[in-house]
Parts: sequence; structure tokens; C-alpha cells
Amino acid sequence: MTEILIKNGFVFDPVQGINGDKKDIAIKDGVIVESVSSAAKVIDASGMTVMAGGVDIHSHVAGAKVNVGRNFRPEDKLQAVYEPARGVRHMAGGNSVPTVFKTAYKYADMGYTTVMEAAMPPLYARHTHEEMRDTPIIDQAALPLFGNNWFILEYLKNGEMDNATAYISWLLRSTKGYGIKCVNPGGTEAWAWGLNCMTINDPVPYFEITPKEIVAGLIAANEALHLPHSLHLHGNNLGNPGNYQTTLDTLKIAEGFKPNNTFGRDQVLHHTHIQFHSYGGTTWADFESKGAEVMDYINKNPQLTCDIGFVTLDETTTMTGDGPFEYHLTALNHLKWANTDVEVECGSGIVPYVYSKDIYVCGVQWSIGLEMALLAKDHMRCYLTTDHPNAGPFTRYPRVMKWLMSEKARDEVFASMKSEDKVRDRSTLGGIDRELTLYEIAMMTRAGTAKALGFGGKLGGLVPGMQADVAVYPYNPETESDPEQIEWAFSNAKYLIKSGEVIINDSEIVSNGNKQTYWVDVKTKASTQVEHDLSEMFRKYYTVSERNYEVEEKSFMKNPNVIAIDATL
Amino acid sequence: MTKLVTDIICPFCGTLCDDIEVEVSDDGKQILKVMNACAIGAEKFLHAQSPDRIVRPRMKQEDGSWKEVTYDEAAQYTAKILCDAKKPLMYGWSSTSCEAQATGHMIAELVGGIVDNTATVCHGPSLIAVHDVGIPSCTLGEVKNRADRVIFWGCNPAHAHPRHMSRYSIFSRGFFTTKGSKSRKVIVVDPRPTDTASVADYHVQVEQGRDYELLDAMRVALQEGPLPETVAGVPKEKIYELARLLKSGRFVTIFFGMGVTHSLGKNHNIDIAIALTSDLNKYTKAAIIPMRGHYNVTGSGQVLGWQFGFPFCVDLSRGFARYNPGESSANDLLMRGEVDASFVIGSDPGSHFPFKSVKKIHDLPSVCIDPHMTPTVAVSKCHVPVALVGIEIGGSCYRMDNVPIESRKVVDPPAGMLTDGEFLELVLAEVKRIKGVAA
Amino acid sequence: MIYLTKITVNLITGRTIQQGVSMEAGKEKEDYMKSCGIIELDAADIAQLGIWKNSNVRVSSDFGTVVVKAIPTTQGPHPGLAWIPMGPWANMVVDTNTYSTGMPTFKGTRVTVEPAENEKVLSSIDLVLVACGDKE
Repeated sequence: MTEILIKNGFVFDPVQGINGDKKDIAIKDGVIVESVSSAAKVIDASGMTVMAGGVDIHSHVAGAKVNVGRNFRPEDKLQAVYEPARGVRHMAGGNSVPTVFKTAYKYADMGYTTVMEAAMPPLYARHTHEEMRDTPIIDQAALPLFGNNWFILEYLKNGEMDNATAYISWLLRSTKGYGIKCVNPGGTEAWAWGLNCMTINDPVPYFEITPKEIVAGLIAANEALHLPHSLHLHGNNLGNPGNYQTTLDTLKIAEGFKPNNTFGRDQVLHHTHIQFHSYGGTTWADFESKGAEVMDYINKNPQLTCDIGFVTLDETTTMTGDGPFEYHLTALNHLKWANTDVEVECGSGIVPYVYSKDIYVCGVQWSIGLEMALLAKDHMRCYLTTDHPNAGPFTRYPRVMKWLMSEKARDEVFASMKSEDKVRDRSTLGGIDRELTLYEIAMMTRAGTAKALGFGGKLGGLVPGMQADVAVYPYNPETESDPEQIEWAFSNAKYLIKSGEVIINDSEIVSNGNKQTYWVDVKTKASTQVEHDLSEMFRKYYTVSERNYEVEEKSFMKNPNVIAIDATL
Repeated sequence: MTKLVTDIICPFCGTLCDDIEVEVSDDGKQILKVMNACAIGAEKFLHAQSPDRIVRPRMKQEDGSWKEVTYDEAAQYTAKILCDAKKPLMYGWSSTSCEAQATGHMIAELVGGIVDNTATVCHGPSLIAVHDVGIPSCTLGEVKNRADRVIFWGCNPAHAHPRHMSRYSIFSRGFFTTKGSKSRKVIVVDPRPTDTASVADYHVQVEQGRDYELLDAMRVALQEGPLPETVAGVPKEKIYELARLLKSGRFVTIFFGMGVTHSLGKNHNIDIAIALTSDLNKYTKAAIIPMRGHYNVTGSGQVLGWQFGFPFCVDLSRGFARYNPGESSANDLLMRGEVDASFVIGSDPGSHFPFKSVKKIHDLPSVCIDPHMTPTVAVSKCHVPVALVGIEIGGSCYRMDNVPIESRKVVDPPAGMLTDGEFLELVLAEVKRIKGVAA
Repeated sequence: MIYLTKITVNLITGRTIQQGVSMEAGKEKEDYMKSCGIIELDAADIAQLGIWKNSNVRVSSDFGTVVVKAIPTTQGPHPGLAWIPMGPWANMVVDTNTYSTGMPTFKGTRVTVEPAENEKVLSSIDLVLVACGDKE
């Protein structure tokens, strides 16, 4: 296997506390090593920034609803140049919902090597895996949805934790999933009747369990199963003025739980796209930020992590397992609406959205994300996402970095807004002069996310023994002063190495890599009750048979990388 | 001793039943009996056993007779006509697996082909309508478990999707619909009193081609707005009655088919059917589902979507993907004489396109990949018989509600016969050789 | 009663169970022709034309012409409407216009139907080969 030596770059690796020191990174047999022989291929990174490959903790890039987004928005292909095939690259198009090829190439260009697909409807798991299999370069995994699943609602209502964990284990194995995702707990099941759960105490129709009980039960199950990642939650009441109270109520559910895993993960609850959940006011007229209040709570509670979901002020495509929210959104913006309710399990919706900086609400949403990230005290627990594509396309991450790292860049956006004063008035962002460092950006984009996902010992850093995912950006942290260069450099990695293989050489993608797909196989005590319930549910209420449900590794996964856990010990 | 193979997926229609049972001979070579399938599905399994099956590729001679060739020769011919063409049409894809589709698309990317699937004569207008107005939908299990109002608009599952009604939509008993058909009010809108209408609670005999007007009137009636005495041949009292019936339901599902996509108005008929569904969500819960025809036409749209971003008629001839139904769609291209080679797989345009298009296929360099003899084969220059997906080889397929199911292999194909995936790999390798692309 | 030598009806096409079964059994076989080389006419329209049921008729439109066997409708009544199961016979006469949607107008073609007792219904393969000029 080839050896590579990346010489003389400015290295940012929070895992080792390396903060911009000039350091050589050696790679052999796909992993970071202490040193290599003189035969190693040398990459000259002088004057450039070196980081571990990026790890995205939450992005909708593969599966049924993403593809509905692609297929129902031909106009999205006109938002960006449709790139022709060249070299190892396939034709690549789309903007907020790019094709699988474009997804891979754009992540690679940004120096990202691992992406967590944020929501996998179990019945559609095979589709998610087919898309991930066809997405080159990047390593992926997917989080199946549990928060509206009939088995889970029944087991948790009855306090049958052993059955809940046995079922989760079965479903992770059947769908080749990575962890427990929960979207609008109970609310999406209610949406099957056109209803919703707006607070954590609204009972789910028929099942008579509350969102609070669902979240608490899933945290407990997650820790009983020793999973690498924590419960990954999208709480109730997303996107509505005044929802911060629901969010604080939701975050408090995690108090008292302790992490229980061998993967180095410290949190018991990851709340995703927290920006959408930190709204004050009672209507859109008195809408304001409560980002400071929510971030203050997160700062004080080390059992929590969050990603932001930065609004990037673009035209985009919203898509979520939160079916009722998308119906609410189409009623607001009157754009086309797709919805899919999924038997026994979950649901989802899709609506295009234009975040215009001329609309003050969008401006405030933009402020809230940045405000929260700048008020965060520990960026190992607060991550950079756009909830792609909900708050904006992932291709805008470098622009978000620019805003986080430059007050000047933020002021330019403020100044371009039609209602600048009103927007400034509704959040504290204007008064914050903090500018994040590349070290903090590295926490938000790889070190912290890898740790929260349970990849801590393997990804997100440049420690010898870790997987050799390394990005080299044409950015000189000592001399560069123009914030625009941040956006450009972090969109155009000069070199990218994944698992020791050169993917980008001198800014050109030269390999489709050897992508891996992670999944978690957790062993629990057998439950005859769960076996019985599965058999009955498939016989009576599903429309596919039990034998046709499981996603076969050999057909649907490229280089499956199974993480085996024995939860019976 | 015979063996019973269970949980088999039926590779006929978009209902994609997955409970078929087949009795096979001890050596696993013969299908003896097919259980649970509808008459059409059973026939598909049994035809695979036909002793007169064509098992080797063949080229048409000057005198119209066929000459047997090897798969390699057929692949060379196929690669050559695709590479020689400026704008080859690569049509069909709906009776094969997603894996084969993906391989085919890689060929299309290299040769600059136009990839169109059978949606172009089926639910293409529905896909266009979804671009316009979206689609509130659900899986078929939601219909089974919850729907208490079911409409079949311009579709006749008794004939086209024979087990749909018992598995999902009329007779099935679900979690909240424990009384089966007694739990539901079923409405059929069709210009003919069809066999589906005979098991429904209501038949609305709309005048053929005037579905848009009736759907529009339904939207007005939901709001109790004024209507003329009759709309599309239906008295206004009946329209108000239906609107109230739908609003009083807890979960409405509209299934629609070729009655609306084939009639004048086309995508606009679907636009307004979807708009009616959206409107209904102000009063209750409602979903709409197209009755997709081929068992994997939906999968073709999915694979095209994730690879290129469009669901059908994708034109790769300019080096990047373009999409423009009416211009890049198979019948328009053929009838206007804009394509210079024809490649057909997993479909029979010879039977199902207007003859004007069929004649154009006849006049072009052409290959047809199909297990059986069809009119398309009859007008093509090269015929490549392949193993039957879902019977002799497995693979991923998508049901009409986009649910993916992996079809199974039940018996071996005839000795020496390739699957379509294997044949496409041969073509891809040959295309790469001609184009000088690294393998 | 005065019989007309030719009637004008509105033609639609689509699936039938016999069409499906015979198609899957082999399109080159006689069953396929028997299932799809037909036109279903309303009893009133058959009476007007003054033909025996199960006799051959010629169906013509602006787009082509084809000989099929006329049978009484199986899913009627639907006076003025005619039905040919989807297949190559119907596709000889359907409206080819797509109106920029990609979709030919398979339903709603104005056709005339006239007796053709002495003409033959061709098999699917012969039908396309003869129309292409490959066969007499």
C-alpha cells in the first residue's frame, strides 16, 4: 500500500490539541502513522491548512424523500451548472438536491469524507442504501426513524424496555441502520390523521403516549444498547414562533441520563438543527430569537450536543420526517407539497422554500443560527450543519464558516437586508464580535461530530492509528485576511485523502475512492414477545412480508463496515 | 419431492405482490405450480417454462429470417450502433431491475443516449403534474390500515392490478379498518361501468375526456360553492354528495390511472386531482397514488432521479442531463425522426406505441432485449433474449408507492442464457473499448 | 330499421385481464390476437351498424386503419364509446398527438367503424410487419 507524507501544512486537530502548528502528517496502509519511509508520495502543504476529513453529523443526501425532492424539482437543476462527465467523474447536477454523484464531488471538494444520512424511513431503507451505494467517495451511514413507530409507541407506553431494545436491535439489523433517529415524536403518527403533537405532553392519538415519554424511553433504550451515537432528536413544534419553550422542555428530558458506551461518546441526547427550535414571539409579527436562552441551557448541560442548521439565505428544498410541519409550510408559502405517510413507522414531507434576505423572518432565522454558534462555549458539542437541504444546501458550509469567522462578513449580510434594523433588533447577533478560529471550526466540522457519532477513536482527528482521512485547503491562516478566501478555500480542497487513497490531487478529483457504509449490529436478549409481535404486524398490517423486509448487505451496500455490540453483557 | 418457494415477488404490475408461492421441481429447474398470484402474474411465471422459448441472440437477415449469434456478437452490434449514433434512444427499463437500469445508464452516459422509460406512455403526465403541484401521498399500508374513503379515478384495478383491491384498497382489513370493505366507501369515476365499479359503492359515469371539469367541480363542491346543473355528465347533486362523503371520511385515498393520463388535458387532469387531494387535507386526511403499470417503472424513475435528477425522458446527448417532455420523450423523438438508433429493454413499444413510432424503430439500427417474441422484436434488427428478472434472477424493484422490494430468483434460466444485467455489462465493456475509456 | 354503413364513435384503449394474461403467455400467439384484436361496442352501436356480433369490422381514424373483431361490450353500457384493449391493433388508429407532454392521446380518438366481414384480423407480429412493408 502506498505511503503518503503531507509536509509543512498548518495543522488543526482539536483531538490532539494541535492549533495551527506546522506539522507533517504521515499515512500508510490507510491509516495515520508516526512516520513513513523515504519512498512515500510527498504532498507539499506549505502555506496551506491541514485538517482531518470532515464528518457531517446530519444531512439529507440519500433515500426516498431526497429523490422525491430531485424528481419533483427539475427547476433545481437550473440553479447550478450541470457539470459534464470528465475523467473519473460522472455528469453531476442539481443544487439543493444534487444527484448522488454531485453530492459526493461537492463533499469531497469541501474536504468532507463521512456523511450521516439523517433520516431513513425503515420501509424505504433499501432505497437509502441503493443511493448510498451509488454515491462515490464518501463514507456514509443512515439513522432509521423510531419516534412514531407503532412497536416503539406500544412498548414504551407499557414500560417494556427489554422489548423496545430487542425491537430496535432487530430494526437496526433489518435496515442496516446506524442509530436511533426520532423526528417530531408522536406528531407524525398524529399527522396520519391530519393532527400533530405541539408540546411534549400532547398525547398521541389512539396510542395515548406523550412525546416526553417517547424521548425518555428512546434515550434509555439507546444507552441500554450501548450504541455508538446517542438518540438523535428533532423535537416537537419545529419552526413555530415561541417554540423555544418546547425545546427547553425537550432538552430537560435528558437530565439524569448517563452515557453508556465504549465509543468515547459523552452525550445522551443530540438535538439536531437547534436553530429551527429556538424561536420566541407568538406570531410571525413579533417573531424573535431565543437562541441565547436555548444555547445557555446547552452550555450548562454536558449530556447534550447539538447541530445548528444554519439558514444560508438560499432557494432550497425542505424535506423532513416531520410531515405536519411540511403541510404547515406549504400553507405559508403556497409552493408545491409532497408528503408520504409510511405504514406502521413514520412519514415525511417536502416543500421548496426561498429564504430571502428581503424577508425579515428569514433574516432573523439567519441571525439565530450564527448567534447560537457564537454563544456556544464548547464547539466539541455544537456543530456546523445546514440540515441540508432544509436551511440551505450543504455546499454553503464554507460560507457559514466565513460568517462564523468574520464579523465583517456578517455585517455585509446585515447591510444587504431590506429590513436590517428589524432583523438586528430581533436577535443578539449584531452585538457579538466573536470570530471563531479554524481550531473551533475543526471542532464543529470533524472532531466534535466524529466524537458525538461514536467515531471518536477513528475519525475526526489525525492521531496515529486513525483512518487516514485528510483534507488540505489552499488557505494560509497566518497571512490571509480576506474573509472571502475562507469561503473559496474551504470549497476547493487542494488535496483530499480518504482511507489513505488520494481522492483530490491538485484540486482535481482523481478517484471515486472506496466508500464504506457503516451499520450497527447490536445483540440483545431474545424476546419472544417481539418475535410474536413482528410476525403479527407483518401478517396483518404491513404490505410487505417479513422475509422481504430485511436489506441484504451483499446487494445493497458497498464495503459494509459493521460495528458489532453485545448489549447482553 | 417438490420444493415450495415462498414470499416471491410478482414481476408483473406495480402492485408488486410479495406473497407469491411457487412449487418447483426437485432439481430447481421447473416451475410446477404458482399460488396466490393473479391470472396475469401466474401466466408470467408459467410462460418462463415455455418449451418454445428463444434462448440465444439472433440477427435479422436481408430476407427477414433470423440468424443465431453469440451474446458477444450481439453486444458488439449493440455497442456499435450506440456509438455510431449521434442521438440513440434507449427506451424501456420498466421490466428489469434497478441494478440493470444503473448499468444501462452508464452506457447511455458514454454514448450520449436518451433514456426514457414506459412512464412516457403511462404516468409521464403524472410526473409532470408532480413538478407543478407536488403530491401528497402515502404507502399502500396506510390505505389498508386507515383509509375509509377510496376513489378509483380512471383506473380499473379489477383488470389492470387484479390483487390491488384485496391486498390494499377495498377488501383488506387493517389496523383501523377491521371490517374490510365495510370500513370503506368506494367510488369509481369512469366513463364505463367497469368491473371495479361493480364492487364499489358509487359509480360516477363521467363523460370521456372531461375529468378536469369534474375534478374542478369537486373542488368547488368541497367549499359548497355554486355549480351548474350537470358537469361532465354528472348531476350537481351527485357532486355535492360525493364532496360531503369525502369530507366526512377520516382518511381519503385517490387512486388514478390511464383514464386521466391518456385523455386530453393529460398532466392538467393530474394537477387538479392532486389539488383536490391537497384541498381535502383542510378538512380531513387525504392522499393520492398513481396506479403504476410495469412492476419496476417506478424504479426506473428512482434510479434516473438519483443518478441524473429527472424521472423519465432524460437526454444525455449533449454531455449533460437535460429533461424536456415533449421534446426528449420517446414518441416525440421517434415520430419527428430525431433519433438515429433504437435500443429497447424491458418493454414492448412495438405493441404499445402508436404505429407511427413503431415504423421509425423498424427503419433504424435497432436492438431489442426481451425474454420473449414481441412486435418490437419483430421490427428490430437484433434480438437479445435474456433471463426473466423476478423469476430467473433477483434484483431491486419499486412498487407503485415507491416502496423498494428485492425480487427473488425462483428457478435457473435456460442453460447459457445471460441476464440483462450481464448482457449490459458486456455492452458497457465494448462501449468503453470503442470510446477508449479505461475499464 | 335502417342500418348505417359506417358509424362514428369515440375510441378508448386500456388494459383488460385477458389482454394481460394473453400478453404474458406470448404476444405471437393466437390468444393475444383474440384478446386484443377486438373492438368492444355498445349494443346500441352494434344495432345501428347492423352487423352480427363477433364479425370483423374496419376501424379507421385520421391516424390509421385496422381490422378487428367487433364484440358486444363487457363493461357497459357506454353508447357512443368504443373500446379496443391496449396493443398493436389499437395503436394503428390512436391519436398520435402528444401536445408536448410526451404522451400520445391514447384515449378519445374519433374513429369510424364499418363492416369488414371478408377481411382478416392479423396476428400482432403480422400486423406490424405488414404495416412496415416487410410482409405482404
